[in-house]
Amino acid sequence: MQIAADTRAAAQSRIRLELLANLVRKDLKVKYKSSALGFAWSLANPILYLAVFSLVFGLLGAGVPDFAVYFMSGLLVWNFFNLATLTATGSVVGNANLVKKVPFPRLVLPLSSVGFSGVHFVLQLGVFAVFLALAYRTAFGPQLLLLVPALAVAVLFTVAMSLLVAALNVLYRDVQHLWEVALIAWFWLCPIVYPIALVSQRKLFWVYMLNPMTAVIAAMQRAIYRVPAPGGQPVLAAGGYAFYLKWLGVAGAVSLALLALGWWIFRRLEDDFAEEL
Amino acid sequence: MSAGGPAIQAHGLGKRFLLHHRKATSLKERLLSVRRASAEEFWALRDVDLTIGRGETVGLIGPNGSGKSTLLKVLAGILEPTTGSRRVRGRIASLLELGAGFDGELTGRENVYLNASILGLTRRETDRHFDRIVEFSELGPFIDNQVKHYSSGMYVRLGFAVAVHVDPDILLIDEVLAVGDEAFAAKCLARIAEFQAQGRTILFVTHGLDMIARVCTRAAVLFKGRLVFDGDTVEATDRLRGLMGTAEQQAEQGEGASPLRIRDARVADPATREEQLDFWVRDPLAIEVDLDVEPDAPPAELRVLVIGPADYPMYAMTTEPVPLEPGPGVRTVRLTLPSIPPLQGVFSLSVAVLRPGTKVALDARRFGERIRVFGPIDYGLVPAEFKTDVLHDPPPPRRPLDTGGDHAQIKARLAAERLGAGGAGDRPDGEPAGEGGT
Repeated sequence: MQIAADTRAAAQSRIRLELLANLVRKDLKVKYKSSALGFAWSLANPILYLAVFSLVFGLLGAGVPDFAVYFMSGLLVWNFFNLATLTATGSVVGNANLVKKVPFPRLVLPLSSVGFSGVHFVLQLGVFAVFLALAYRTAFGPQLLLLVPALAVAVLFTVAMSLLVAALNVLYRDVQHLWEVALIAWFWLCPIVYPIALVSQRKLFWVYMLNPMTAVIAAMQRAIYRVPAPGGQPVLAAGGYAFYLKWLGVAGAVSLALLALGWWIFRRLEDDFAEEL
Repeated sequence: MSAGGPAIQAHGLGKRFLLHHRKATSLKERLLSVRRASAEEFWALRDVDLTIGRGETVGLIGPNGSGKSTLLKVLAGILEPTTGSRRVRGRIASLLELGAGFDGELTGRENVYLNASILGLTRRETDRHFDRIVEFSELGPFIDNQVKHYSSGMYVRLGFAVAVHVDPDILLIDEVLAVGDEAFAAKCLARIAEFQAQGRTILFVTHGLDMIARVCTRAAVLFKGRLVFDGDTVEATDRLRGLMGTAEQQAEQGEGASPLRIRDARVADPATREEQLDFWVRDPLAIEVDLDVEPDAPPAELRVLVIGPADYPMYAMTTEPVPLEPGPGVRTVRLTLPSIPPLQGVFSLSVAVLRPGTKVALDARRFGERIRVFGPIDYGLVPAEFKTDVLHDPPPPRRPLDTGGDHAQIKARLAAERLGAGGAGDRPDGEPAGEGGT
């Protein structure tokens, strides 16, 4: 009886996967409930982006060969990060009613934002994979294994940033606006639209690579995009794997440090959430 | 059931709030203001020791602002205590607000699963309870409708149904029983009795003092954040009445020396003077107030508030000063309403006797659950009067509604009302005419 009561009490304060899944499902349902196309809308955004940038670069004449593949390899993972952290900023504030009235582990709120974005990401990756199977067979090879560490780092870094912005936004509500602006700048700091080779020969390239999203995106591109034949215009930073693994390692370490920081800040501020809201 | 130590153990609990006069809520403000504006400390709880054993039902009472809700939130783990420690063993269902966390876009069914999940249940456990939750909430045909289309009564019913079916070990209830219709309130009380029989622990906040005696095994009184009494329910309610009296009375004279004191109040049928609880809307109703009158008593000016759910005053009556035969003795003043306003629900009375002129309260008391009003309408507190037309002309062109504006029209009208009331002269407190009477 006593032990049962204690485990039941623990169930209320532990982060349960089922609760996380339920929250993600709720967010998805609410978002797509009254739209006729439903989930298809989440595909519209990357396709629209692709159309716009293809057009612009077509006009500029600075085309990357197979631009669609190069662009999507970076954009989809960026969108995952972008949507997750944007949703996370409002995750605690937006659930004020719950936070103030019901005891439950608050950490599930930003985590469910990551899950919400993750569902979109997986779906978009699926569609992208179908596209590759139809039109870009060379993508399927051993280099795809690079996706595993790249995605792991992406998730780690996204969770870390989500915890940070969710907690800080409770304290200062303009974190949300600040973050929106920061993400726009950040997008251009990553080699999504332009070939990374454009910057890889510059002097402070290693500073550029410290950005964990750059390491992730570069690795994604290496995994999916075909390395151009020698003599052609270089697109990627390196042809081998050592470069990517090294920088993914750095990004992973940075992410872990940020995760520890985010966790600590969230835990510290969490006790006051019910008062601050 | 009694084995294994107490369900709730709090030791030296304190909760301090900082009341910021102007707190920076944005980074911009934080950076621009050189030093944060002054903050006042406010202890909502101070040195509270409370141990509640398994299977006990404890009532938590105290005047508004005494820290009751804060204590519940601290025990529930929603707020962290500033000092002291708390230990709670078992699953808590906190009914601080019914249906907190419901999402209007989701159906009743989806919300039940989500809410239960937040409260710590697995999907399988929820499956097991689901039918009983629906049955209890009486929402069978509507369970697959979106919650945003529910009436507030339906919303509350579903919230309560989930909360009491999550199989809690400890139930924390904050006055939520005051909402909902009478039949449902009775059902909730029955469910609480069932919990008691099963040996679960219940801690609840209420203003209905008679409810404490009826339901609880023990009562605790909070006053200004401190636990001033913990024990027998009858003694606790007496203690609280004493505290409320001294608090509300702005001690014109020493304690207990008031020349006019409220001894009792009754609600009755004006024709027979027989005490009555249930009324139909627009019935006549009489409120009789017994006063202890000292020889030096001034004329009594009575103010009676009829209090609805969640402590919301529904209507107010203030009498002209009534001259009373000098005491010592008991005099009864009667207020007669020829027709009860069409508000359905359970109402309490708050009675105060004021010194004419200065309006200082000589005594004030509260009488819980004295009037229950029923009417012909199923939903809604107030039936609106309306007529129906079919229109043939198109409406005038729309202009944007001024939602954020400064309410200039309303303000002008309020000012005019105030002037009008002041001009009447003989009603210095500005009560709207027509609601007073003797």
